[in-house]
Amino acid sequence: MTVNMTKGQAISLQKNDGGSLTAVRMGLGWQAAPRRGLFGSRTREIDLDASAVLFADKQPVDVVFFRHLVSDDGSVRHTGDNLVGGVGQGGDDEAILVDLSRVPVHIDQIVFTVNSFTGQTFQEVQNAFCRLVDETNGQELARYTLAGGGQYTAQIMAKVHRSGPGWTMTALGNPANGRTFQDLMPAILPVL
Amino acid sequence: MTAELVRGQNHPLSQARLEIRISAGTPIVAAAALSDENGRIHGAQWVAHPGAPTQAGLEVSRQAAADHRLAVDLDAVPEAVHRVGVLLALPAAGAGPARFGAVAAPFVAVTGLDGAEIASYTITGLEAESAVVALELYRRQGAWKVRAVGQGYAGGLAELLTDQGLPEARRLAGSIHDAVAQGLARSVQAPPPRTADGDRSRQTAAPALGPDQSGAAPQPGQTPPMTPYGDQTPGGPGQPAPQTPSYPGAAPDPDAVTQPSAPTAGGPIDYSHPRRQNAAPPPPPPTAPPAAPGQPAQPVAGDATGWSMDERLYNQVWGMFEDLARSTAAYRSAVDFAESRMDKELEQVLSDPRSRIGGQGDAAREAARARHDQLVAQAGEALDRDLTQLVAEAEVVEPALPPAYARWDSPVWHAYRVPMEIPMALRLGDLHLPEADRIRIPMLVRLPLERGLWIDSGRTGSSDGSFADSHALGRLALETAVAHAARLLAVYPAGEFTVHVIDPAGSGAQPLAPLVQTGVLAAPPALGAAGVADVLGRLTQRVDLVQMAVRGGAADSLPPGFDTSQQLLIVNDFPHGFDDRAVNQLRYLADEGPAFGVHLMMVADREESSGYGPLLDPLWRSLLRLTPVPDDHLADPWVGHAWTYEPSLVPPGSQVLQRVLTQVAAARTKYV
Repeated sequence: MTVNMTKGQAISLQKNDGGSLTAVRMGLGWQAAPRRGLFGSRTREIDLDASAVLFADKQPVDVVFFRHLVSDDGSVRHTGDNLVGGVGQGGDDEAILVDLSRVPVHIDQIVFTVNSFTGQTFQEVQNAFCRLVDETNGQELARYTLAGGGQYTAQIMAKVHRSGPGWTMTALGNPANGRTFQDLMPAILPVL
Repeated sequence: MTAELVRGQNHPLSQARLEIRISAGTPIVAAAALSDENGRIHGAQWVAHPGAPTQAGLEVSRQAAADHRLAVDLDAVPEAVHRVGVLLALPAAGAGPARFGAVAAPFVAVTGLDGAEIASYTITGLEAESAVVALELYRRQGAWKVRAVGQGYAGGLAELLTDQGLPEARRLAGSIHDAVAQGLARSVQAPPPRTADGDRSRQTAAPALGPDQSGAAPQPGQTPPMTPYGDQTPGGPGQPAPQTPSYPGAAPDPDAVTQPSAPTAGGPIDYSHPRRQNAAPPPPPPTAPPAAPGQPAQPVAGDATGWSMDERLYNQVWGMFEDLARSTAAYRSAVDFAESRMDKELEQVLSDPRSRIGGQGDAAREAARARHDQLVAQAGEALDRDLTQLVAEAEVVEPALPPAYARWDSPVWHAYRVPMEIPMALRLGDLHLPEADRIRIPMLVRLPLERGLWIDSGRTGSSDGSFADSHALGRLALETAVAHAARLLAVYPAGEFTVHVIDPAGSGAQPLAPLVQTGVLAAPPALGAAGVADVLGRLTQRVDLVQMAVRGGAADSLPPGFDTSQQLLIVNDFPHGFDDRAVNQLRYLADEGPAFGVHLMMVADREESSGYGPLLDPLWRSLLRLTPVPDDHLADPWVGHAWTYEPSLVPPGSQVLQRVLTQVAAARTKYV
């Protein structure tokens, strides 16, 4: 069962049987929109990058992105930079794995972002999505489509935050501009 | 178009009804086994073999033959089956070859009913094995695929079936060989006629026995001798690993591990190094028994990836190292955060004028401290949970470690035998962190050594004054060096590691005694300036020679009888006895030596050579610094914690060093 999330929607990451999730994967997939007309076959590669920022009380503590693939505490792992997208043809091109049981106790929010490193806006990207998968059984929990790409180069996709003993995911989908997560910090802080 | 598979490669299958053609130069037994998604064979009824040639969806030949055709109907296999393994074995009875290494590489092809080849695979690189899993057909997302496996077993079918989790493996292996023996006796005279119904998939193979096999017809009912563990390689008892398959890739060679030799696909020339045949897939790692609900899984030694138990344990130790580093990072980060938050809150209280009235300020301060304590306690709980798991893992891993990885007080040293292979790594000591004092991580470095070692006999930052006497510290440093050198000598095969000692003042006679008395040194420790010059001159010449030969592409032009072993030079009391020329030679050895198998082990206090100024800085930098006493100077590669290193020392009063070195010396005289 997949929830197609809409902007601002929150879902609890409790399992149906009451147990809480231990590991989730944030997957990101995209393809470059084909160019039409003369020389349309010339491909333009689009490099989107997924990042995760770990916050404690609105203070950034650690960042997982293509230059720092594992958070120091080992709870968040990036599977590696994909420079072109579309290889999976619908599968995840970049993924960030979160071992929720290992997230340090003071971390209360993890924000996932997507940046266009090559600078194209999301207008030139098609079939872009971000999804949350229960890593223990591969079941898709939530999918969020980056619909109607606009004139911006980054998006704050979603956040996973502590609520009670478990975690909740909220789809954000806020547009922003920036090449890497550093540029996004001003846009991230209001959503915490 | 046929896909010629190499080991480990897979290929999709579009048809459900298939034939598997097998050809080998000699009669072999072919069988097929069904197994579940974990690779387990549930019972004898899941194995089609000469004694029971037809099972659901499978049909195999009744006898051993040089050529086989097995029929497989993937639509007819039970739902629970996820894999169909094609197994080959040499007949146990009779005068035929006993190992696949002695016969032509078996060829296996998957074909459609029309005989068109879909995929084929030549099983190369087999040696002492007498049974092999050739191919595997397996379900993947509703479709079937074929994978070239080529996993051999020196212990024959019994070992192969045991490995696949069949409870009555030995009995079944016995009955397969019985059936084959009967089949051989029956079939030597005339091959059974081919059926003419045209349905080739239901047809058993015609045996292609040569005339020379007729004399080899064994007695029916003869039970083949089976050893459960196959051919034990020498040195096996010293290895703690309860690994049954002794496949050719057992060589724990780091080179081969990082670059698995390309399997030669059917060509007559085997380019792989005879001792680096690591292309065979490893036996499945020991898996943890399912955990009770809500409990972490029970740790198991060797529960990591790798081509051999050696490599799995190495990877597991490194996995524990990383987990401990990261768990501690999480704890430290939480504690830091709690403290900075408390400081901020206390500051706020201080700057708030209202807090000066009555007890409000005290209450706020109290609350801030309570919040801090609560978070620190939570972080401590999380760390404790992680540590408990790691301690449990260390408790099963530590006793399973082979001598090269084990502490000197481990029982494996009592069962020590001179090995035939170089291990992947060497334990130089233990590492721990102050927050996690109850767990020690073995510090493993890869072999052959990539850099020399420096046992620092100088006053270390954390030494607490108990070694005020620099003489005592120097002696302990040399003892540590002897323990490391002894371990290197012990884990290399006989004669493949040579140790030279320079002890210019003769001050190290007592700590060096274990090396000297057991006769494992190349020569007695060199004394005086003349001794220093002599040893350095010979080693420098050696590096020059090998370097020239390698650079000139004429490695085989080295003089006959040239000692190709790895060389270790222990230098005590540096720079005593060294003139400028000797210092230059030493620097040359430090720079060029490691690439050509010459390593340094300096036992030195850097202060004593400060007269050379910055000239020696590159020398010290190029060496891995170790201390004779616990010292926190080593950083992990992930987070950069400062880890406290403790050298791996022989327990006081133990004779293990002498005993092991005596064996090393004895083995050397036997071989050389």
